Amino acid sequence: MPTTSASSRSTFRARLACGARSLRRAAIVAGALLLVACSHSGEPWQLTNVSGHLPDLDFALTADDGQPVTGASFRGRTTLVYFGYTHCPDVCPETMARLMQVIAKLGPDAGKVRILFISVDPARDTPQALHAYVGAFDAQHARGLTGSDAQIESLARRYRVAYQMETRDADGSYEVTHSSAVYVFDAQGHARLLATDRDTPEAIAHDLRRVMNDTA
Amino acid sequence: MTKNLKALTVTLGCALSTFGALAAFAPAAHAAAGTLSAQDAWVRWLPGDLPAAGYVTLKNDGDQPVDLVGVSSDAYGMVMLHQTVSNGSTQKMVMVHKATVPAHGTLAIAPGGYHLMLEKAKHKVAPGDTVNVKLQFSDGETLDTPFAVKAPSGQ
Repeated sequence: MPTTSASSRSTFRARLACGARSLRRAAIVAGALLLVACSHSGEPWQLTNVSGHLPDLDFALTADDGQPVTGASFRGRTTLVYFGYTHCPDVCPETMARLMQVIAKLGPDAGKVRILFISVDPARDTPQALHAYVGAFDAQHARGLTGSDAQIESLARRYRVAYQMETRDADGSYEVTHSSAVYVFDAQGHARLLATDRDTPEAIAHDLRRVMNDTA
Repeated sequence: MTKNLKALTVTLGCALSTFGALAAFAPAAHAAAGTLSAQDAWVRWLPGDLPAAGYVTLKNDGDQPVDLVGVSSDAYGMVMLHQTVSNGSTQKMVMVHKATVPAHGTLAIAPGGYHLMLEKAKHKVAPGDTVNVKLQFSDGETLDTPFAVKAPSGQ
């Protein structure tokens, strides 16, 4: 749960945004906007507010084009981070499909959003496999990221993502237990929100717009 | 452990299909036949040879609950009934041997719950295709069900 300091900080940010907007508008219109926008910003988030509770977006991994990629590569974008794996027919594609609905709801604003599918199964998820996977959903907004076991482990620790490989079958296949939360980072790379599988695409799109307007 | 479970499923599956074939010659054994139906059957296609998930809503118009006990397909080398189980914030898939369709009710084999795990496609399967999956039930009934193959986003 967010602490008092975290929520007052996001309220402070929202007030700043409202103040800046009012300068650009005629007094009466601005007054009305201020009232609407600021009372709106004072509302609790529909997703879980993690501002101040998780570290900034920071990693060094390999992108699905085989090139090195870092957290800084996504500054300027609102970034949705999902830890998954391709040999996961149910929860992972369902989460990605929900994020596709979010993208559709955002319309033109979706251009400012990137979805990072970070593999917790780097042994099987090569850049090529991830490229085909994210491309099958949305080559425009989704990127697949993988790395060494150590890179993935340290990243998972950083964001407190639990994952575990299950026992291998005779044919070498195995399942992975993992958490299905989606982390939202703002354009400055600050961790802001956590979306779970109980959050609807509408709620995610709603809060994403707030994050985008907040940090525009 | 998992290997043993699988072997057991295969054995069960064979026993059941033998039973089904025998039962076909004894219409009296099919008192409950025709009470089950399948709706909205679809497969979420994934690229390459990744395992895919099949979803379907099963309806039981009968007075007795019926278990889905066997799944197979000519299009895939391996089909299993799986369930996604949540444990706090993490989730994992487990193989299950049956799923119950309640009397006068439905069982939704839907994302985040039960799913049919479809592996080792025998020929190239692509969105827009239809694949048939045989669903076998504890009352001896079999539904040969066409599943619509959809893009990963479900569209």
